[in-house]
Amino acid sequence: MSLHTPAVALHGVFKSFNDKPALCDLTVVAPQGTITVLLGPNGAGKTTAIRCITGAMSPDSGSIRALGFDPNTDGEAVRRDCGVVSAKPALYDRLSGWDNLVYAAELHGVNKANIAARVMASAERFGIEHALDEQVGGYSTGMKTRLALARSVLHEPRLLLFDEPTSGLDPESAQAVLGLIREMTADGHTVVMCTHHLVEAEGLADHIVVLEAGTDLVAGAPAELVRQYWPEDSVLIAVEHDPASVAPFKDLAELPGVRRIEPTSEGGRGPEARVVLDHPAVTPDVVARLIATGCRIRKIVPHEPSLEELYFAVRRSTRDLSEGEAAAAHTESDREKVTR
Amino acid sequence: MNWHRTFTVARTDVKQLVLAKDFWMPMGILGSIFFVVVPLVLLLSIASLGDNPAVQNVAETLEVLPPQAQEQIQGDTPQGRTSYALAVFLFAPMAVVVPLTISTAVGAASLVGERERGTGEFLAHSPASTSEIYLGKLMASLVPGYFTTMVGFTAYSLIVNLIVGPEVGGWFFPTQQWWLLMLWVLPGFLLIGLSLVLRLSGKVKSTAAAQQASGLITLPLIAISYAQASGALYGTTTTTVMIGAIAWSIGITSTWRGMRGVKRQRLLGVADGV
Repeated sequence: MSLHTPAVALHGVFKSFNDKPALCDLTVVAPQGTITVLLGPNGAGKTTAIRCITGAMSPDSGSIRALGFDPNTDGEAVRRDCGVVSAKPALYDRLSGWDNLVYAAELHGVNKANIAARVMASAERFGIEHALDEQVGGYSTGMKTRLALARSVLHEPRLLLFDEPTSGLDPESAQAVLGLIREMTADGHTVVMCTHHLVEAEGLADHIVVLEAGTDLVAGAPAELVRQYWPEDSVLIAVEHDPASVAPFKDLAELPGVRRIEPTSEGGRGPEARVVLDHPAVTPDVVARLIATGCRIRKIVPHEPSLEELYFAVRRSTRDLSEGEAAAAHTESDREKVTR
Repeated sequence: MNWHRTFTVARTDVKQLVLAKDFWMPMGILGSIFFVVVPLVLLLSIASLGDNPAVQNVAETLEVLPPQAQEQIQGDTPQGRTSYALAVFLFAPMAVVVPLTISTAVGAASLVGERERGTGEFLAHSPASTSEIYLGKLMASLVPGYFTTMVGFTAYSLIVNLIVGPEVGGWFFPTQQWWLLMLWVLPGFLLIGLSLVLRLSGKVKSTAAAQQASGLITLPLIAISYAQASGALYGTTTTTVMIGAIAWSIGITSTWRGMRGVKRQRLLGVADGV
């Protein structure tokens, strides 16, 4: 597999269960050595996508390549080089942590002489080595997740697939797990992670795919997507309430480099607005003008949309689009009725 | 086919069963009832009754047995002949009932159990093929039943030789037919039962459904095995070898079909036509 070939590529994948579509023309591309986050609500098709990538499930149609192989025909080759952590850790409760790891190592064909060292190394990496002799049934949720993560890497796979890896974890454990996932890409692993927690994806994702109803709505690097949805630079400004000033931002509109002003809300402490600029360099001029007009600036921040804003903007625009299409179809059908 | 992975699946499953006290305790009790308690009570009763009319009546009924079987019966007294016949012919079917009951209970829960516990997700994403998983699970289901039977059989042999042996001139058990039954005929029937039950386990929604459905398979199979096991003991060595060979060929064919019939998707917790 060449360096430029994506680690995972799904194109036009369809999958349905009892005539209910789970994946509907899904396209996902995960570049090598990056963290690709599949973002979407429950039932968006994230887990089904992961299952199709390893060949655990066959799609109804469409093409899938993982690590250069077709999982439907070369599933074993894909799965040998994959580490998977499911939403539920899928561990054997009656066995000890050690036995769970050894079982995985043996199934993945780790050399018998290396098994003990590999098991110990991966357990140490995820801080679970002290509990390896205990039965997994007695582990806490956090320990189980750590053990599942250790199990996913002990055969040194090139591709890691994590399905909601922090589900059920407290914030501290979740942060630790996300930190460990970040570390893994530094080692050259490719990570595909599913989540519906936007905060988790923030700062972790190199590449995002927003899913809804089994379809990819948008995909790309977070910065690119932000630029796509908010192509203009802007700053958020909040000023203190001044009874003498009816429209504190009015004067800004005349300032060169200011495109427009969008009032956002009237907070209890004073008005706020989003000021759209030609370039961020105009910001000092805006500040100077506000001060010159006697405004007391409470807050001024460059508008850097969070992943959450991006996610909702994507879903809003998709909904608007489909509502528009529905309305157009409705108008068309009305027109047909009139013609008849 | 990677045999190392197959044995790994089998070994891990057996290890889990060994760790489950709630599984092997009833298994041990069942084995000891069939192989120790019932034979001990019956054989000791006959020994204590001596040559009374009831025992003589039973001895007379032995004449209905096939000539080959009658020729095998040892002992000079009615008591000795009755004890010998009971030990060698009456308890034979127990050797079939115990392993089939235990192994099908394990087999029924094997594939659907992975799915119910969520561990099927791990197996589905592992490099092990569905054939390797199926065969590994089949081996793991076979071991507890066969192991219990062999331990029970050893205990039964001791009991029979200690109680009936003095009546018929020394230790005589197991007879050649019994060796054939235990080592040749029985594994063949176990294979038929388990291959069918595992296929069911890979198709149904829950362990409870698998247990119910496996009953439908095992009950007639137990009846057939019971009859065939008796036939194997009453008949000639050739008959026994033939019965075993037929059971093995059906079992191997059924296992082969089962290996190819299990779908990886069935290990996952999805409702795809299940």
